[in-house]
Amino acid sequence: MLNPPIYDNCDVAIIGAGPAGLAAAIRLKKLGIENVLVLDRESEPGGIPRHCGHPPFGMLEFARVMRGPSYARRLVGEARRAGVGISVRTSVTMLGAGGGLTIASPQGNGELTAKRVLLSTGVRETPQSARLMSGARMLGICTTGALQAMVYLKGLIPFRRPVIVGTETVAFSALLTCKKAGIKPVAMIEGKSCPGTRWPFHNASRLLGVPLFVETRITKIIGGNRIEAIKIIDGKGNARELACDGLLFTGQFTPESSLVRMSHLLFDHETGSPVIDPFGRCSDSAYFAAGNLLQPLKMAMNCWREGRKTAQWIAKDIAGSLPDRQ
Amino acid sequence: MGSDSSNVDVAVIGGGVVGCAVARRMALEGAYVVLIEKAADILDGASKGNSAILHTGFDAPVDSLEQKCVRDGYEEYLGIHASFNLPILKTGALIAAWSEEEEVRFGDILKKAHDNGVGDLRLLNRSEISDIEPNLSKDIRSAIAVPREYVIDPWSTPLAYLQQALQNGGQVLFNAEVTDGAFDGERWQLNTMRGPVRALHVVNCAGLYGDIVDKRALGASRFTIKPRKGQFVVFDKAAGKLLSSIVLPVPTKRTKGIVLFPTIFGNIAVGPTAEDQDERDDASVDREILTALVEQAIQKLPALSNTQVTATFAGIRPATEENGYRVIEYPDQNWITLGGIRSTGLSGALGLARHAHRLLTKQGLAFHPINNPVVSQVPNIAEHLPRDYENPGYGEIVCHCEMVTQREILATMEGPIPVGSLSGLKRRTRAAMGRCQGFYCSARIAELTKGKFAEPIGVGDANA
Ligand SMILES: Cc1cc2nc3c(=O)[nH]c(=O)nc-3n(C[C@H](O)[C@H](O)[C@H](O)COP(=O)(O)OP(=O)(O)OC[C@H]3O[C@@H](n4cnc5c(N)ncnc54)[C@H](O)[C@@H]3O)c2cc1C
Ligand SMILES: Cc1cc2nc3c(=O)[nH]c(=O)nc-3n(C[C@H](O)[C@H](O)[C@H](O)COP(=O)(O)OP(=O)(O)OC[C@H]3O[C@@H](n4cnc5c(N)ncnc54)[C@H](O)[C@@H]3O)c2cc1C
Repeated sequence: MLNPPIYDNCDVAIIGAGPAGLAAAIRLKKLGIENVLVLDRESEPGGIPRHCGHPPFGMLEFARVMRGPSYARRLVGEARRAGVGISVRTSVTMLGAGGGLTIASPQGNGELTAKRVLLSTGVRETPQSARLMSGARMLGICTTGALQAMVYLKGLIPFRRPVIVGTETVAFSALLTCKKAGIKPVAMIEGKSCPGTRWPFHNASRLLGVPLFVETRITKIIGGNRIEAIKIIDGKGNARELACDGLLFTGQFTPESSLVRMSHLLFDHETGSPVIDPFGRCSDSAYFAAGNLLQPLKMAMNCWREGRKTAQWIAKDIAGSLPDRQ
Repeated sequence: MGSDSSNVDVAVIGGGVVGCAVARRMALEGAYVVLIEKAADILDGASKGNSAILHTGFDAPVDSLEQKCVRDGYEEYLGIHASFNLPILKTGALIAAWSEEEEVRFGDILKKAHDNGVGDLRLLNRSEISDIEPNLSKDIRSAIAVPREYVIDPWSTPLAYLQQALQNGGQVLFNAEVTDGAFDGERWQLNTMRGPVRALHVVNCAGLYGDIVDKRALGASRFTIKPRKGQFVVFDKAAGKLLSSIVLPVPTKRTKGIVLFPTIFGNIAVGPTAEDQDERDDASVDREILTALVEQAIQKLPALSNTQVTATFAGIRPATEENGYRVIEYPDQNWITLGGIRSTGLSGALGLARHAHRLLTKQGLAFHPINNPVVSQVPNIAEHLPRDYENPGYGEIVCHCEMVTQREILATMEGPIPVGSLSGLKRRTRAAMGRCQGFYCSARIAELTKGKFAEPIGVGDANA
């Protein structure tokens, strides 16, 4: 059932149907927990991999190299078969003491109480504004997540000749997505003196014919409603203008932890994640956390593994055999 | 009078907050009015980025037109806002002194407010301030409370004004830049990108382009716009509860200074700067200035140091070579210009509109106010009042950061003023204005708005 009545209380409520949340849910069912409910605010479960139409996913989980969407479908199918309840279009808007959740859904808003709650809300990229970027807001400026959702879920492209900012692993996804969609990046720029990952960026970007400028930053964004060019400057003070119709900010992941920030749970402002003990347990012992929410640089399989592990601790805790929180 | 927008009583040039308020007033007074806007939606100029404070006018120049318009605008807003479903956040303001020198200037502020008829200011000492705003830095020395300075919704307000104009017989033309015009002694012919408009009277409310429109139609302008940019930083809503009052600095001659204030959308914001520039459209922000703003905000409200930035933006004030409003009458040409509405236009718009009507009456415009004008509500997007997602049947939440529903987004495309651009959609719903700035929702918004905007989000099909 896609949308079980949401106000029934359950044993474990999992917020976020990405790899971490789904892996935990499947594991919990296998460990004999009766009532496991995954809540996700999107219209489809699966999390970020739903719109990563490129490999690599699934090596650890399914011993093969998959694209994100089929990987997500497989996880969701497995969860359903295991008897996990998945409720989509269901936003958790507040975390209450002892596992009381406030929920918004098009069927009506309400409360739900779970014996244990797993937070697996993932990450987002840091946009233009939060980077305190110089320049104006214009059409054609977005993040990789937004680009991929447009290309893979909606079949649309936000630009044809963008400049890509950043060289973390996710920038590689961005390059692949552009290639797939028929988008021709004008350049990649990186503020540091070398690319930000061990990906063979110099080679990859050269292979795709995209010049890489290191030690370079943007000084101006030019255009009207839509971006038309950017001005950049390099470490030696050389300035130049690049014509483009898009600007793609990649990476600088930040945990999607607003729920935690607004709640009673102890929060680590350095990492942007909830404070947890060695069992993934938060300061209110009804709450656990797993996945990219905790350390936003992991691949899906790491989140999957962490979800499974945390599920084990939750099951133990319900059975009364997890040590008390220090 | 027919419903032909090419032949009207009053043509209003410009769909900023002033033009929208003027169009409403003229329609209510029984004139057949058309509002002519060059952009695809309202609020494309100065009115798209401001602090959204509803001023009492306590600090306006005594006896000035600005003071009167702000006072009248304030009163009228209080009288009508509920019937339009427009929100007010009753914050009150604190004029904060952080040094002895600033405290010395308190006397002048109190006297001016008194002369302006705002008599409810009072002095607060540090402990009284701390009762109201426990999170403000203890470096604060004292403050003047201005209890009736409030925060409103900068975007729904003009929308409600123009909507009422249209529901009471008015018209609007978008994408209709006025390029020139001629007066034949009785009627104006304004040439626009959407064809000519003939009008008995014209009110120029072109904001940042007020002087240019005067030059195009009258051949000359009696003022020159000197664009003055104001940058802002908006903090994440997780910090929204840290502050409940508008915290004003002790003003200098040039500007009202950097303000720390709650927004109607549940954030805390800091700004605006005051930077003169030549460009009328360039609302770029600057990293160094944004960084300095963040630092200033943290100095005053230390708990902000742990807060992420949600948005940055700049607004551009239509300043001129003089400080006051530049309201200019051309009685022989049935033309008035409401120019240089620099930094109080959101508060003063309704008062200015009444003033404009008085001036047009002097020019011979004579109509009868309509009976029982249609009033209709605008959707609420303020955080402290019930939002659309609180009622079932909204389809889905499209923008999760700001909790904007599919039903709300689709509704903007209907009605008397269908949304004309992505930025218009953002202003009407808050979609993609939150902490992720579209990471989660822009694909869905692109899909929902496909084919609706002249400047679409999606420029083509993937791999087409
Ligand atoms: C552009 C991009 C490309 C990537 N490419 C790869 C790749 O090639 N290979 C790879 O292994 N990894 C890749 N990753 C990383 C991978 O997607 C993540 O590691 C993984 O998805 C994290 O899983 P998660 O379960 O922690 O969170 P997510 O997958 O982010 O899932 C979180 C879920 O929580 C939901 N949610 C959030 N808040 C709420 C709330 N309040 N109420 C209800 N639901 C909520 C969200 O809707 C979402 O579905 C990529 C990531 C990105 C952004
Ligand atoms: C940083 C900042 C902070 C502020 N804070 C506050 C505040 O807290 N409280 C307050 O009350 N006020 C505030 N203001 C002031 C307020 O925003 C302005 O006074 C107000 O927006 C001016 O509106 P306007 O309608 O005169 O001009 P505009 O908003 O510029 O509107 C003019 C319109 O005319 C159109 N136009 C231009 N040329 C043509 C043409 N040739 N043909 C057709 N259309 C044309 C433009 O596209 C535009 O939409 C602030 C302003 C700024 C910039």
